[in-house]
Amino acid sequence: MRATGVTVGLGGRSVVDGVDLHADPGEVVALVGPNGAGKSTLLAALAGDVTHGGRVEISGKGVREYRPLELARLRSVLPQKATLSFPFAAGEVIAMGRAPWAGCPEAADDAAAITEAMRLTDTAAFAERPFPQLSGGEQARVALARVLAQRTPVLLLDEPTAALDLRHQELVMGAARARASAGAAVIVVLHDLGLAAAYADRVCVLEAGRVRAVGGPDEVFTGELLSAVYQHPVEVLPHPRSGAPLVVPVREFRSGNPGPDLPDRD
Amino acid sequence: MPVSSAVSRREPAIRSTSHGRRSAYLIVGLIFVLVVICLVAAGRGQVPISPAEVAGSLLHRIGIDLGPLPSAVQGENALWLVRFPRVVLAVVVGAALGCAGALMQGVFGNPLAEPGVVGVSAGAAVGAAAAIVSGVTFLGAWTTAGAAFAGGMITTLIVYAMSRADGRTEVVTLVLTGVAVNATAGALLGLLMFLTDDDGVRAIAFWQLGSLAQATWGAVSIALPGALTGIGVALLHARKLDLLALGERPARHLGVDTERLRIIAIVATALLTASAVAFTGIISFVGLVVPHLIRMVAGPGHRVLIPASALGGAVVVVTGDLIARTAVDYQELPLGVLTAVVGGPAFFWLLRRTRARAGGWG
Repeated sequence: MRATGVTVGLGGRSVVDGVDLHADPGEVVALVGPNGAGKSTLLAALAGDVTHGGRVEISGKGVREYRPLELARLRSVLPQKATLSFPFAAGEVIAMGRAPWAGCPEAADDAAAITEAMRLTDTAAFAERPFPQLSGGEQARVALARVLAQRTPVLLLDEPTAALDLRHQELVMGAARARASAGAAVIVVLHDLGLAAAYADRVCVLEAGRVRAVGGPDEVFTGELLSAVYQHPVEVLPHPRSGAPLVVPVREFRSGNPGPDLPDRD
Repeated sequence: MPVSSAVSRREPAIRSTSHGRRSAYLIVGLIFVLVVICLVAAGRGQVPISPAEVAGSLLHRIGIDLGPLPSAVQGENALWLVRFPRVVLAVVVGAALGCAGALMQGVFGNPLAEPGVVGVSAGAAVGAAAAIVSGVTFLGAWTTAGAAFAGGMITTLIVYAMSRADGRTEVVTLVLTGVAVNATAGALLGLLMFLTDDDGVRAIAFWQLGSLAQATWGAVSIALPGALTGIGVALLHARKLDLLALGERPARHLGVDTERLRIIAIVATALLTASAVAFTGIISFVGLVVPHLIRMVAGPGHRVLIPASALGGAVVVVTGDLIARTAVDYQELPLGVLTAVVGGPAFFWLLRRTRARAGGWG
């Protein structure tokens, strides 16, 4: 998957402005950046959801030139928020991921793909419960399982870890990593810079719709760059054992001590 | 791997146990109930005929000499000239309304969408009434049905365009759009009544109440193809309607051409509603209540929901019509009024439930 000069305008304003980005098979690329930097809009352009300037290609052909079904066999998309208008069971939702393969030889793998997706996301236990009755974190994992079951060579994930506890964050990022090792190209929007540092091969830092930096987490995650992009002092320290970069926002107080003057909540 | 094999043994269970077996029972049960209620309905009336004799008469017609023939004087004529067309039309109309409800709810992603509630039935009635009042016959016997289709089509498009924002249909927008569309259609019907003569007024009043009293084989032959086409189209797109429950973008991510599906579903809804409305007027709430009950039994999957809603709608309308014409001696209650008496409170209950579950009017 390759994007060159991607520009998306919303209401006369460029939300994404001239972004170049590529993800090769076997690679996890993390999209990070502050709120409103255009991460989700860029992902929508990569998914072929919105009209955009520049060019987005999967396997050498523009995403907007594919028919919806062809595209569904090439890329899967995890939306930021999972919604469902009727109370399907979680297992039925996951099985929907197999829809693009109906009538293909790949349909023979339906059961295996669903089982694998449930295992990777730890969702088999509540597969028969109605989706709307699940907790937010469970719903998010079911939505991811549906995307994994689709078994596409490109995965676009919008904040797959946002609603998850620590164990399931690691589980989900491990699943994305495993999918990349199996030959998929994974582009994932993350807010947690620690997860991005740990799981991504490359990190793309977006700021106000433009690429601020791209590269390995070791090169890109510096205190200087992150402090500037997030407009908050950030320190990056090597992990004492592994040496992996740890991203820590600078905090002037510790629990138990009075903090800095915070504005009154209202 | 032990883990995955243990899970894969369970996997078919997930998709086919409870819902699967219940769905099969439901469909078979509904067919059985429909056949029985049709035999009973065809026998009841001023010339009483037993269900066995009704079945016998049917079997003899198709060349099987089995069962008793109607013993009553004029029994055979009462069946074949009056009762059968009426029962068959009731089946067609009920199936069309049940299916139209399920289809609309799927496309709008909203369990409150229904041709009567959102005003599509009223729009179709305006079309039909306009054809009657103006006296045009450009399509011969099909004119009324054709005009009803045009009216239904225009109304569905208006409702769809007005009630959607950001690929979603909020409950409150949908219901308010329905109020506005119904009010406009009511005003147009009133205007047509004002413009026409006494016969026209009677014909339009009849639409507003809904009745199967004018059933003939001619009406059946026009309503049936439209209803069958609509149900067939809905069935063909059942899987895609399931995916649409995820939302418009996720459905497209799974390969659904949502633009195309939307247009097909709107045409099919208008076709189904017009088939139901053209000869019987507005029979509301069937398409609202029936799919809802089916979902409670068999889950929301459209491959079961659509055929089961069609069957359930047929059962409801045949039963409703039976009550409408036999509850009071020598008089006929308007069927639309009867379904509204039951459907109104059910709608109210559904509205409150949907509102509670959606977490406010949002």
